Amino acid sequence: MSALISISHLTKTYKREKQEITVLKDLSIDIEQGDFVALMGPSGSGKTTLLNIIAGIDRPTQGEVMIAGTNIGVLTETELAKWRSRHIGFIFQFYNLIPVLTAFENVELPLMLTPLSKSERRRQVELALSVVGLADRMDHYPRQLSGGQEQRVAIARAIASDPDIFVADEPTGDLDRVSAEEILTLLERLNKEFGKTIVMVTHDPSAANRARIIHHLEKGDLIPQGQS
Amino acid sequence: MSMTKLIVKNAFRHTLRVLLTIVGISVAVVAFGMLRTVVTAWNSGVAASSPNRLIVRQAVSFIFPLPYAYKEKIAGIPGVSTVSWLNWFGGTYIDKDQFFARQGCDPETLLSLYPEYKLTSTEISAFKTDRSACIVGIETAKRYGLKIGDIMNMEGDIYPGSWQFTVKGIYTPRSKTDDATQMFFHWEYLNERMKQDDPTRADQVGYYVVKINDPSRSAEISLKIDQLFKNSAAETKTETEGQFQQGFVSSSGAIIGAINIMSYLIIGIILLVLCNTMIMTSRERTREYAVLKSLGFTGGHLFAFIAGEALTISMLGAGIGIALLIPIVQGFESFLPRGWFPVFIIETSTYILAGSSALIVGVIAAIIPLYRALTMKIVDGLRFTG
Repeated sequence: MSALISISHLTKTYKREKQEITVLKDLSIDIEQGDFVALMGPSGSGKTTLLNIIAGIDRPTQGEVMIAGTNIGVLTETELAKWRSRHIGFIFQFYNLIPVLTAFENVELPLMLTPLSKSERRRQVELALSVVGLADRMDHYPRQLSGGQEQRVAIARAIASDPDIFVADEPTGDLDRVSAEEILTLLERLNKEFGKTIVMVTHDPSAANRARIIHHLEKGDLIPQGQS
Repeated sequence: MSMTKLIVKNAFRHTLRVLLTIVGISVAVVAFGMLRTVVTAWNSGVAASSPNRLIVRQAVSFIFPLPYAYKEKIAGIPGVSTVSWLNWFGGTYIDKDQFFARQGCDPETLLSLYPEYKLTSTEISAFKTDRSACIVGIETAKRYGLKIGDIMNMEGDIYPGSWQFTVKGIYTPRSKTDDATQMFFHWEYLNERMKQDDPTRADQVGYYVVKINDPSRSAEISLKIDQLFKNSAAETKTETEGQFQQGFVSSSGAIIGAINIMSYLIIGIILLVLCNTMIMTSRERTREYAVLKSLGFTGGHLFAFIAGEALTISMLGAGIGIALLIPIVQGFESFLPRGWFPVFIIETSTYILAGSSALIVGVIAAIIPLYRALTMKIVDGLRFTG
């Protein structure tokens, strides 16, 4: 069976002024469906760049990125946007909720891109918010929620459209220990109960230990460390 | 949640800022509408002029009269269908501040030349049969509470002495742009009095109004009229009514030009105000646009969000401005000396110009934020910290 995410010979370079910086060097990696992968490494190792390329918000300079049978490197911006809306759920370090929208409306946001009816959308949002345990906070604005609750709303937004892959960039980086544990438990549930594939970037070893596979990156190279 | 709800929520994110922007746009729209209304009022004579009416006046100056005897000669020129004449009277009604046009006329031909002044057949025959009769526009009648049968006492200045006119008709204008403030009386009444008091001023008229069959022949007929009286004691200058009215307006051309330029500068100010708000707003929201793009919202969606927001603000400002314009113009008119502008109305074109300008301004104000949002890389936007 082919991997859900198959990356081969990926190179990513940035141009900063006249200097060319190579962030990822000839990297190849396969991630199976249902995996929970943690990407670790020091700052500048290329882990967030790799995550962004998997999420389809950055493009490879060289190499092939096949996700669920689609070579996303050749998609146009509009095709890529549509692809992201169907396949990727984002969880950001700083939650990135829209402050003028309630928790309900924030979760509903990605569903605006689907052909679902209003009542179907409502059902979906309520389900997503109940999964993250915030069904009673759906009318609250982000400023009325704690950091942990905001991140749970962000997770609800990510799961609302039922994507195949979740990408999480330091999802516990801005949270206290208790809230961080809650979020990691939630991600574990998504992986184990709902069979979702999760790729998470983290600096935190205890967060990484929740993943089933940990990959270490250093200077744009991947160093497999073993399975948990 | 609909796109519209999202746009409106975003538009009112910074309530004070957006309210100040809307107020700014509203004030600018009111100022634009006011200036356009003044320009329209100034040009109303030109706008209301008819292409088949020629004005024959003294070549030296409009203030010098023409002999009454010219009437028959002008009527004999091929292409001329009716010849009428008017005589500026001036005078004081109640006091010197009460201004409206008062002219002696030929009742038999006046109304066929000016079909825009509507009277009943009873009023027309009453006006024609009484030599001291006059007709007044409905605006003037309302202003002084005049009714049929009322006497208007006037003190003459150009034509000295006390004068009495009996109101026999109150005309209504055919459209809002026609002058409803004038007063017309029998030129014959004036002429008879001149024959007694100052015979040297008798049998003279202020200017002739000539109706022609074919407006395309106006230049040719004008030339023929003027050639007819060449080298006479009172040479004529003939022009279309539009050109005649333009002559009055063009003396104030520089002022009108400046007002026109100012009215368009105001649109520029609206644009700058809204552009400033939209650029500030979109810069603050860089990260949100990146999040929306990462969620799968396309360039088309961002266009709808950003342009929708700019248009919501600009159209609200324009709507409030237009709603305020009506009472403000009415208020402004009440402060003007009566009769300054016989026609002082907000033209439909002013509403359309204000509305369409706001629409265009809304779209233009969205261009820079939209360009930034579309060209921004998601990864850069997510790193944006303001």
